Amino acid sequence: MADVHPLIRDELLPPERPPRRHLISIADLSREEVERLLGLARAFARSLDRDVKKLPTLRGRTVVNLFYESSTRTSSSFELAAKRLSADVMSIKAAGSAVDKGESLKDTALTIGCYDPDVVVIRHPEIGAPHLVARHTGAHVVNAGDGKHQHPTQALLDLYTIDEELGGVENLHVAIVGDVLHSRVARSLIQGLRLMGASVTLVGPPPLIPRGIEAMGCEVSHEIDAVREADVVYVLRMQKERMQAGANYVPSLREYTARWGVTPERIRPGQRVMHPGPMNRGVEIDGEVADAANALIERQVRSGLAVRMAVLYDLLTHGPVAVAAPETLEVA
Amino acid sequence: MLVAPNRPLDDLVIRGARVLDPVEGVDERLDVRVDGGVITQLGAAADANGHRVLDGDGLVLAPAFVDPHVHLRTPGREDEEDLVSGTRAAAAGGYCAILAMPNTDPVVDSAAVLGSLVERARREAEIPVGFLAAITKGQSGEELTEMGELAEAGAAGFTDDGKPVREPGLLRRALQYSAVARPPVALHCEEPTLSRGGQMHEGVTSAELGFGGYPSVAESLMVVRDLALAEYEGRPLHLLHLSARESVEALRQARTAGVAATGEVTPHHLTETDEAVRSLDPNLKMNPPLRAEGDRLALIEALRDGTIAAVATDHAPHARHEKEVPFESAPFGVTGLETAFSVLHTRLVEPGVLPLETLLERMSAGPAGVYGLERPRVAVGAEANLVLLDLSATWRVEETGFRSRSVNSWLLGATLRGRPVATVAAGRLVFAA
Repeated sequence: MADVHPLIRDELLPPERPPRRHLISIADLSREEVERLLGLARAFARSLDRDVKKLPTLRGRTVVNLFYESSTRTSSSFELAAKRLSADVMSIKAAGSAVDKGESLKDTALTIGCYDPDVVVIRHPEIGAPHLVARHTGAHVVNAGDGKHQHPTQALLDLYTIDEELGGVENLHVAIVGDVLHSRVARSLIQGLRLMGASVTLVGPPPLIPRGIEAMGCEVSHEIDAVREADVVYVLRMQKERMQAGANYVPSLREYTARWGVTPERIRPGQRVMHPGPMNRGVEIDGEVADAANALIERQVRSGLAVRMAVLYDLLTHGPVAVAAPETLEVA
Repeated sequence: MLVAPNRPLDDLVIRGARVLDPVEGVDERLDVRVDGGVITQLGAAADANGHRVLDGDGLVLAPAFVDPHVHLRTPGREDEEDLVSGTRAAAAGGYCAILAMPNTDPVVDSAAVLGSLVERARREAEIPVGFLAAITKGQSGEELTEMGELAEAGAAGFTDDGKPVREPGLLRRALQYSAVARPPVALHCEEPTLSRGGQMHEGVTSAELGFGGYPSVAESLMVVRDLALAEYEGRPLHLLHLSARESVEALRQARTAGVAATGEVTPHHLTETDEAVRSLDPNLKMNPPLRAEGDRLALIEALRDGTIAAVATDHAPHARHEKEVPFESAPFGVTGLETAFSVLHTRLVEPGVLPLETLLERMSAGPAGVYGLERPRVAVGAEANLVLLDLSATWRVEETGFRSRSVNSWLLGATLRGRPVATVAAGRLVFAA
């Protein structure tokens, strides 16, 4: 460094890189950080109401979306979020890539790392995949779902949606209904809701509520009537692959629907209903409930875009200083 | 039955160490002289006579350790471990003998496979090795191996380790037949329909992390079943790598009732809990999994009171690329030969949880007794099986320090206190730091 001529130093050396930050689990966030992200998302949501929706904020940055599982909502919204912020986006899907040829996640990470991406967004069927990518690339890593572990941006967009629609999260009561055992959405959401001061009741068949989950600070009920108390009914997807013959988590989908399906009769008028998608209409949620005016399901998808813009922006502008930034985004 | 390597025996004098053999009742500063691999003198100022002299000042000299549970990966996965690297690692860990599990490729289920291992061990091994043979052919749980012939060919015992013997009827036959082979029958207790899909202990941590749970009852249910069969048949039984409080309680009750049952426990189950899995480090993935604090405390208590006779490492080497994957796709198993004494000394003896004498016994005489091996001892006339321990040496566990071919240690990065500095196995100095 000392050898560089003082006049050209600034040209040659990029500013020092801030410490890398990742978004892997809601458990890693403080309440202040969640509030900051939700505040950022609000600012970005406003920018999305304009005719010209693109912001120059992350011009020159590279975002890689690495998806090892099928996804519509999450992959499309990350891609669009990065594009709205003018980042260069590369989306890699496991099918049709070197993964098909048996490349290990480590090698894929090393390969992608060669392009010096600023952010790697990864979805993977196995818990801990984002940690592995963080170890083997220099990028900020965003977990877009790892196995049954975490799906932090889903929880953030759910918190954002609740906050916008009900005027706050604190002291609300949310009932999460269905297959909690296999749900990363549920794990992230429980942590997010508890962090923000909401209370949570899990409702579902006993084999699909993991033993020991009460330690996360929630109540458990096996009776669908328990949802009536809640301000928000959050319906989880019933994953059909879990219901194969012999799995025996529940005797049949028919019995599941009969006992735990969210139908118009089981909710109060005006009660808010959410679902992370994709829905199985007629299984975990009745079509009438899904399409009702008080359902927030499309609202959730819309929130996803703003929230993912906020996450990308926050990671790349490193932290609390960014809180003041949103107001000046238009001229950034 | 142990296979001793075919090598010349040593003449040694170890000077001024605190000689500590809890079973012999020795605890004093003595010189120990070894002639032709046999201890010939215990006393003050032994004559060196041109023998190699080891300075034991400030060190503890104890009976060397016996590991009743090692995966040498040979034949089949010599890239992960072989007889040379595995026995060198054991020597560095203070062991004078190890027992190798038969879940290799091919499985040690015939006298031919066993015979070739015995041959290779004579030529290549650094320390004596005992080879366990499978209970069932291919460890498939269907057909008994020729246990009589295997015993004649040198099997140290019988086990389908890595897998349970699922059918109680078959286990009963194995217990009966072990009377004309070589006891004990050693059992990996796991009810597969309860552990299926399990990645870690089922509890608060698995619920939060989202991992499939491997509940304690998957082990203890099989322990109870196996003990009932052993009692009914009146045959000795050894329970491998116990992890759950309920298993320990069942073993204690059975022993009180006179069942010839023994048990072993690993250093990781004695010192870590499922909380550690939060790091998602694949080197914390093993079968049985790390359990809850209550289980850990019950295991320590059982080791202290003798319900559990032996510390076993369950040393399970894995290739680096197999562990450099997300936790869920990593294979079960961690290495342990080179860290067992150090971690137990650091985390149990130094804090006053377990007396040093008890640890030394459970790492040496205890496991030897389980398999009917001669107990390593510090006594005149005994074959020299000695470990010299520096209890105050502080060291950091690092990949580069291992003699094992694999580095999947659950202790990488840890700082430990106390380590073996020299090992004499079957009359030969096999390790000197």
